[in-house]
Amino acid sequence: MLIDTAQASAQQTADAPAVRVEGVSKSFAGSVALEPISMRIERGEFLTLLGPSGCGKTTLLNLIAGFLEADQGELYIHDKPVTRVPPYQREIGIVFQNYALFPHMSVARNVGYGLRTRGVPKAEAERRVREALALVKLEDFADRRPRQLSGGQQQRVALARALVIRPRVLLLDEPFSALDRNLRAAMQVELREIQTSLGLTTVFVTHDQGEALSMSDRIAVMSRATIRQIGTPSEIYDHPQNHFVASFVGDANMFRATLLEAEGSDARLKLGETEARITSFQTDLPAPGPVTLFVRPEHCHLAEPGTPGTIPATVALSVYQGSHTELHVDCPLAEGGRAMLRVPSRTSVAPGEPLAIGLAESGAAVFGAED
Amino acid sequence: MYKSFSDHLLDWAGRILLTLILGFLVLPFIVVFIASFNESAILSFPPQSWSTRWYVNAFEYRDFGNGLRNSLRVAAFGAGIALVAGAGFAYVFNRYDFAFKNTLNGILLSPLIIPNFTIGLGVLVLTAAASMPRNVWTVVAVHVIIVLPFVVRSVYVSLQNLERAYEQAAESLGGRPLHVLLTITLPLLLPGLVAGAIFAAILSFNEFTASLYVVSQRTETLPVAMYNYVREYADPTLAAMSVLYVAAVAALLLLVHKIFRLEKVLNVD
Repeated sequence: MLIDTAQASAQQTADAPAVRVEGVSKSFAGSVALEPISMRIERGEFLTLLGPSGCGKTTLLNLIAGFLEADQGELYIHDKPVTRVPPYQREIGIVFQNYALFPHMSVARNVGYGLRTRGVPKAEAERRVREALALVKLEDFADRRPRQLSGGQQQRVALARALVIRPRVLLLDEPFSALDRNLRAAMQVELREIQTSLGLTTVFVTHDQGEALSMSDRIAVMSRATIRQIGTPSEIYDHPQNHFVASFVGDANMFRATLLEAEGSDARLKLGETEARITSFQTDLPAPGPVTLFVRPEHCHLAEPGTPGTIPATVALSVYQGSHTELHVDCPLAEGGRAMLRVPSRTSVAPGEPLAIGLAESGAAVFGAED
Repeated sequence: MYKSFSDHLLDWAGRILLTLILGFLVLPFIVVFIASFNESAILSFPPQSWSTRWYVNAFEYRDFGNGLRNSLRVAAFGAGIALVAGAGFAYVFNRYDFAFKNTLNGILLSPLIIPNFTIGLGVLVLTAAASMPRNVWTVVAVHVIIVLPFVVRSVYVSLQNLERAYEQAAESLGGRPLHVLLTITLPLLLPGLVAGAIFAAILSFNEFTASLYVVSQRTETLPVAMYNYVREYADPTLAAMSVLYVAAVAALLLLVHKIFRLEKVLNVD
């Protein structure tokens, strides 16, 4: 029902990506907000820009929306250069963090705003507004004012308002951060269903790694004004390429180690007093020298203290989680002095008890100091 | 919550102090209010006998009627022009960066520092030097200069509080800049614009010092007419006039308050 109006012209360039970013950068008053970035967003893809505040993700979103103009580089939407095209000609839908519903208009007039600016005939506009409201299950709220709605309902109106213009790209700027936990989960599922059913290219900005992992086709992890890694959620989670991505997404244990020798993906490491061999998922290992050994908690297991190749630690706190227990351990080799293990719930360990952390044969990586 | 004796003492001391301050603020008006009903033709306090004849006199005195008409006209045009110009300046200051922005801002706000009599004198000298006629528009011009900074401030603050996301959402939905300005920005700024205009109108209606320099017999504003009256007569008519003045301005403010309530009802705030 909400099919791209540009379908006909788009047919000729059907294999062109929805969005292509080529060397786009942005600075504000001398401070770099975005280093030159290049990336493609495919048609129908749900791409998440994930990173801490100030990492440049909102700047990139604003550049795609046209609220900011790039210092250099070129931006293409459906293969047409739009770097200097104003926002009102970009055919982009946006849902803001606080929804930005027009308070002086009814829900129906909010949703119809983008149709009025396009001069869509009244009858057709009314039908499309009804359809859009039906899509977000708010048919009965057309005459309400935004502030008579709950947070979740306001978000649906904002979504309907963005979808009714049949945008080429939907931009979502932290839309869930104002919702409480239960509603957030429900809205995430609903949004993803609508997005998939419409085949709508979506760029989603968030700092919540759980949200990013559960919703995205691909995630671009950003920090310090640049993209640190881009890939599917499992690539990002299982095979982080650098220290930042590894620690920002999911739980990670990081140990200080010295890389003694590396051959292909196999590495021999000095871990404090002992030596360990691991098989990294990386194809490129850093040069021998001081490194950080990265292992997810699920790739660690409890071992007898003193076993060669294991890392000594003492139990600090054990947290019962139902299906398993999280053991937070004091570990001199770990970054920040702390590491975490997931063990079966029946395992009984008391705080202060010495133990050793054993490493699985796979799932680990070593990052050089510069990462 | 438990309150000790000293807490209670502090509580009562605070209340008494507050009452005294408020009393001090309205004391002049209370004196004038009582004096306006004095039967005697000499403005004395407290009155010996009571009458409302000075109110009748205030209404019948020709110069006051003329002054009121002039004052209303000057306030309406002055506030109107200041609103349009001030809103424009505020918008430009809020949205654009340009050379000499601070200098221009300083000039715009300078009437806050320059005394009103200097502004009046300046315009008087200027019109005399250029042998321009001094008519009602001269008075309007002086009032625009005086109230403009207040309007600029009022609209500027409203603009600062207006989240850009509203306009960005409208733009992303295909709204061209002018369309967004008319359908989103201005409606959302309306309370600030109304407040600025009313404030400007009241300031203009009360303005005396600068007006004194530029009015003629024909264009004199109500405050100037009242000043001229008191130079000739010492009866309580002026007290009655003051009461009417305060009542009119208070009524206007009440009306504004009602409108703002109405805004809330209409969900436009």
